[in-house]
Amino acid sequence: MKIIKTQWPLISAAFTAAVALLVPDSSEYSAPGTSYFLLFTALMAITYELFLLFGKGQVRTKTAYRSAFWGTVILAMNIFNVITTKYVLLPPLYFPSPEKIFSVLISDSLFLGNCLLYTLRIQLLGWLFGCVFGILTGIALGFSSGFKYWVQPLVRILGPIPPTAWIPIVLVVFPSIIMASSFLIALAVWFPTTVLTANGIANIKNSYFEVGATLGASKACSILKIGIPAAMPFMFIGIFNGTCSSFITLVTAEMLGAKYGIGWYINWQKEMMSYANVYAGLIVMSLVCYLVITALFKIRDRILVWQAGVIKW
Amino acid sequence: MVGAIKIDNVTKTFINKQKETITALKDINLDIPANSFISLIGPSGCGKSTLLRQIAGLIAPTSGSIKLDGVTISSPGPERGFMFQEHNLFPWLTIYDNIAFGLRARGIFKEQKSRIDEYMELVGLRGFEKYYPHQLSGGMCQRASLARALVGHPSVLLLDEPLGALDAFTRMNIQDEILRIREEKNMTMIMVTHDVDEAIYLSDKIVVMTPRPGMITSVVDVELPRPRDRSDADFLKYHGEILKQLKFGGFKKEPEYSI
Repeated sequence: MKIIKTQWPLISAAFTAAVALLVPDSSEYSAPGTSYFLLFTALMAITYELFLLFGKGQVRTKTAYRSAFWGTVILAMNIFNVITTKYVLLPPLYFPSPEKIFSVLISDSLFLGNCLLYTLRIQLLGWLFGCVFGILTGIALGFSSGFKYWVQPLVRILGPIPPTAWIPIVLVVFPSIIMASSFLIALAVWFPTTVLTANGIANIKNSYFEVGATLGASKACSILKIGIPAAMPFMFIGIFNGTCSSFITLVTAEMLGAKYGIGWYINWQKEMMSYANVYAGLIVMSLVCYLVITALFKIRDRILVWQAGVIKW
Repeated sequence: MVGAIKIDNVTKTFINKQKETITALKDINLDIPANSFISLIGPSGCGKSTLLRQIAGLIAPTSGSIKLDGVTISSPGPERGFMFQEHNLFPWLTIYDNIAFGLRARGIFKEQKSRIDEYMELVGLRGFEKYYPHQLSGGMCQRASLARALVGHPSVLLLDEPLGALDAFTRMNIQDEILRIREEKNMTMIMVTHDVDEAIYLSDKIVVMTPRPGMITSVVDVELPRPRDRSDADFLKYHGEILKQLKFGGFKKEPEYSI
């Protein structure tokens, strides 16, 4: 029983391959071969097996724990394949077969990669600006009542506007589309980071600052050594929220005015009615978002190691 | 000798939410000689913590002045260490970095690095340098907080009910440690407490306070040899005396006649 459970992805993959090869395609379905679909199915199963066989300790246990999940993912792909190629139950124009999607991923990989790089450049630039200014604004709001008096209302008024609503103005104000998009990303990250940083500072126990003062810490030292680390958990939540809303903003921005980028690619392919490319773009985008969020989690766990016993996520 | 505190006619008033003026402390006069151990004792609301926080410089008196070695106290400073009721260790720093915080803040970490080990040893936390506060027990955290307050070599150590939240055995242990440190390091210690036994066990003088408005009722000199014995007859006599001052004892009348 146990072997079936841990080898579930391999069994699913074999079954999927058998179905793909042995069941004849529908007469309505017209596409060459099944090679890419089989390749991807095999790749998933092999990757899983490699982790299971050569992973050490934790990696291995975690892989085995995910066996049912990956096995079922492969089965779901099988079902999708059967629906789209064997029986054509959905309009093929909007629901292309996995074979077509995977073949686009490979044949268009260079172009997709370029689009992705272009997008990531804007994303990274805007994200960094948004984080830095968000944290700075939040700290100033948290510590300076004068700054708070003037800027807090501004944050409250400007913050909740969805960054994409600025597109008409931003496109006019900024000389290049890169700068305009970066600005929108920065705006999307800035607002939640600011609010949560300020919130985090407001929530710090006053006695921490009293401890600092009795130990001889100056005002600047209190801000740097007590205010910032104590507000760090909140800052991270702000950055997370900002990152997620920046993805939305970026794709919307690219769909509206950009000449390049992954969001533009999806929109362009939609207009060309090639939905296989749309799905390929979506897959690439979701992978990247997943990687970014995972990386952020890893960074947070590294920096906020002290939280293990203090705050639950 | 440094660490003498002179409290001169200190009054502290607050304005509460109902816009009424509350007198927390009224006309407090107290001379605390260097190297003495003073306890402030009294029911809650008598302003003993307020007085201690004023000596720390965390709040300012409404009128009157508090001087340390002739200099008026206007803000917190490292020459007056403060130990809070909660340990208030920074959860994001290890025990070592918590204790080093004051030295780093004052830019004397490099020169005084060896002191950190010395004080970790002194409070019995050797080997726990890399632990985070949440990984230690309440008693150990309070020891770390004691080391943090002491490592900057203050001339006065202010203790705001630091042992109130600990179990009885840990409390007695740390009381002994505080006494040992005082003998070794020579400093004035002022402690706010609710615990009469603790006050008698540790103090040279016990300042008894009453609430509304916070005033000093009496100052009791504890003339017991050290080390003190908590079950000694004289110790218990002081206990009764202090309780009487606090209006919690001495109700039993002498019998009017006896056979």
